[in-house]
Amino acid sequence: MLNLKSKVLGLAAGAAMALGSFAVPAKAQETIKVGILHSLSGTMAISETTLKDVMLMLIDEQNKRGGLLGKKLEAVVVDPASNWPLFAEKARELITQNRVAATFGCWTSVSRKSVLPVFEELNSILFYPVQYEGEESSPNIFYTGAAPNQQAIPAVDYLLAEGVKRFVLEGTDYVYPRTTNKILEAYLLSKGIKPEDISINYTPFGHSDWQTRVAAIKRFGSTGVKTAVVSTVNGDANVPFYKELGNQGVKATDIPVVAFSVGEEELAGIDTKPLVGHLAAWNYFQSVDNAANRDFIARWRAYKNNPRAVTNDPMEAHVIGFAMWVKAVEAAGTTDPAAVRRAMIGIAVPNLSGGVSTMMPNHHITKPVLIGEIQDNGQISTVWQTPGTVVAQEWSPHLEGSRDLIADHRSPMSCGNFNVRTGRCGAAQR
Amino acid sequence: MNDPIRRPLLVIAALIAALAGLLTPASAQDNAALVQRFATENFGEIANAVNALATSGSERASPVIEALRDSRLVYRQGDRAVFIRQADGSFADAATGAAADAGATRPVRLNNNVRRAIEAAMGALTLMHPDARRRAAAAEAVFKSRDAGALAALTQAIGQERDTRVKRLMEEARAAIVVADASAPDADRITAIGVIQRRGDQDALAMLGSLPANTTASVREAAETATATIRRSLAFWEAGQNVWYGLSLGSVLLLAAIGLAITFGVMGVINMAHGEMVMIGAYTTFVVQQAIRAIAPGLMDASLFIALPMAFLVAGAIGVAIERLIIRHLYGRALETLLATWGVSLILQQAVRSWFGPTNREVTTPSWMSGSFEIGNLAITANRLAIIVFAGLVFAALLMFLKRTPFGLQTRAVTQNRRMAGAMGIRTNWVDALTFGLGSGIAGLAGVALSQIDNVSPNLGQGYIIDSFMVVVFGGVGNLWGTLVGAMTLGIANKFLEPYAGAVLGKILLLVFIILFIQKRPRGLFALKGRAVE
Repeated sequence: MLNLKSKVLGLAAGAAMALGSFAVPAKAQETIKVGILHSLSGTMAISETTLKDVMLMLIDEQNKRGGLLGKKLEAVVVDPASNWPLFAEKARELITQNRVAATFGCWTSVSRKSVLPVFEELNSILFYPVQYEGEESSPNIFYTGAAPNQQAIPAVDYLLAEGVKRFVLEGTDYVYPRTTNKILEAYLLSKGIKPEDISINYTPFGHSDWQTRVAAIKRFGSTGVKTAVVSTVNGDANVPFYKELGNQGVKATDIPVVAFSVGEEELAGIDTKPLVGHLAAWNYFQSVDNAANRDFIARWRAYKNNPRAVTNDPMEAHVIGFAMWVKAVEAAGTTDPAAVRRAMIGIAVPNLSGGVSTMMPNHHITKPVLIGEIQDNGQISTVWQTPGTVVAQEWSPHLEGSRDLIADHRSPMSCGNFNVRTGRCGAAQR
Repeated sequence: MNDPIRRPLLVIAALIAALAGLLTPASAQDNAALVQRFATENFGEIANAVNALATSGSERASPVIEALRDSRLVYRQGDRAVFIRQADGSFADAATGAAADAGATRPVRLNNNVRRAIEAAMGALTLMHPDARRRAAAAEAVFKSRDAGALAALTQAIGQERDTRVKRLMEEARAAIVVADASAPDADRITAIGVIQRRGDQDALAMLGSLPANTTASVREAAETATATIRRSLAFWEAGQNVWYGLSLGSVLLLAAIGLAITFGVMGVINMAHGEMVMIGAYTTFVVQQAIRAIAPGLMDASLFIALPMAFLVAGAIGVAIERLIIRHLYGRALETLLATWGVSLILQQAVRSWFGPTNREVTTPSWMSGSFEIGNLAITANRLAIIVFAGLVFAALLMFLKRTPFGLQTRAVTQNRRMAGAMGIRTNWVDALTFGLGSGIAGLAGVALSQIDNVSPNLGQGYIIDSFMVVVFGGVGNLWGTLVGAMTLGIANKFLEPYAGAVLGKILLLVFIILFIQKRPRGLFALKGRAVE
């Protein structure tokens, strides 16, 4: 029995070491601490590790420019290990023990939902860099990724303009695809698409056998009416999905697939020749040709010491979010969260797509929307883009319970879900 | 071209050229004007330029459109001169084909509309190609584009065609053009619908579903009857397709589970690190391919055959090490083995993540494993077929090994009665280590196969560990045949449930079924009998 106990203890200690936090050693002088809350192990490490690296690079560059308010910035990296409850624990640790001034982190919506009450209770600031389903606006979170109307709706508009009349909404079975597809379905119906021309399907996380689904998509697309797939398939499941599309000969010229979660990073793991012409909708592509982006790519490659390192949309969101935070802290003259939050609204910084993004009173930023086609070199080249930037609709006008809600975190309203019909705050939160 | 009045004239000229027959040579001046239309950023104009060039009958049509398809067509921004980038990096004037000095250029860009125009144009242009496969592809492209302009070329090509399969495709393409042409006589169109009905696949359905609006009632009726007939026959093929998908999923399950059938089934070790052995096999494939790319790129198509023994050895060696260092201290203590191997699996995952990085690694699929072919209306993808064959071979080899070799005999002796085997002079601890190594090595082989259909990422193994245990427990612990039948049953059941219940519910139903089944028959499908059980 003693043996068992010691083994279990050993294991537990090993696990604790593997999952535990490690702070960059504190310097003698006083520093401003910045929390980085991204999974470095577990299923989400594939996407989140690069975000940690890009934050370290940005903090490093800021320090070389002389820091902030005369102090050096210090990154505090923790690993929530793709474990949703652990996200909340690590967030609490960052705020109460490490006393970070702001935190940059999370990828999945469920991890954001898990840390949201912690940031609100301890009144700290989180920058969330990933495109998401909307239906949320916390006073303590700044959303630098796209809301549905900054990604999904323009993508569908593009397909409608291309003459697509039949839609397969294919998603992974969790909150982001389900909410997005609900919004898209309502939107398509309002555009006169018949209900029998919309097929909605969900597969489990990490789904790897796509034969049946791809065959079903082929069948659905064989009525002679132009068909497209809108994919909210997440993470690891994408590679086998695209491989099966290639194998079964579903070409972009017949049935294009437009994806909201596939970026340059995901494409790095596949041979993209059979996928040429399939679409992706984002607010940034590595292939965007302007001086700011070329400079960023060069800095990133030098930092990673890898001449082929790729950049993607959530990385750009962190670049924007960090620049905004730096500006807001300088404007407020302090890192006090309440003052910084007030200073954040209205801050405008250049984005990497060649425009300027502004933090709106709903804590979301304005972004251009780009539709791109996958190329045979794994890059995505823009084929359409919005003329200017788009303001986020955090509460979708296409959904029943959220139609009447608006968010405005300026006083006197200071409310993330103000119901314009009842005139009260928090009235109809779902 | 800069003169706006010339454009309509040009279109008329192009039309006349097209009507006069496809092979009327266009003058050099026309070529220059046609080619210059590609020098734009506007996708709609590029697609129009493709159509204009294709119907002009210019001898430059084929090389220019082919260059555009392969993203080798570039233009100079200042004077809008268009060039073709050659394979050796030099440039040729697109209008004349003569070598030229291009200077700073931008590529002519492609989107799906342009690609569709290219496919249609290349279809019409390559109907007479000497290669039968190119002619077949051309006929298919015309079938999809239904481009009436290709009718003359198609009729000419059908007259000369010797290959019966290509001829049939061309006739189907011609039928598609006739059906889609509302001005053709009804009788012709109904005959053409008959030709399309005999084709009987999903493309035929798509063709019949998109009749022009001003189609007469009798043609429409014929199309509807044909559609119903095709749908009936496709429903029959669909069942066959489901069996194929089931076999394919079953073979993947079999590959993932068969190593576990040794370590868990035969030896009784609950090995949570089994999935990581699969993952290590997949990463070995990646490393082998990297090495081949660096040393001998010509061997790429054979890379999997080199990766197989390597993966077996690497995963097997790691398996032996795990057995010697950890598991041998824990025999007979199932809970501790479970915890320890789970710890090992976490360590291996994180080690691979630190070493290779957290992102997916690209494993190249050899050309012989890409694409698909059709038997009737059954689409058989080459990679799935290869995996089914490979799973069968591994299973047969393992069975032979355990039944026919001295080491197999010793393995069975040790697992059935350790003490007696020891008394007969078998070094039981070495047999244990090698058996565990064998199971791990086979998991490594599975990794080579799975690298072709799944992500090569540190999480690869996790997706298979539950399924593997499910198969082994369902099939009957300690029985390889049980693993085979279990894998195939679960694979086929899953694929028959999926179209009706969806992937999520299908999986839940299957798990509920297995729980109930295990309640009824705790030892699985093929229970071992006799004293060996205890």
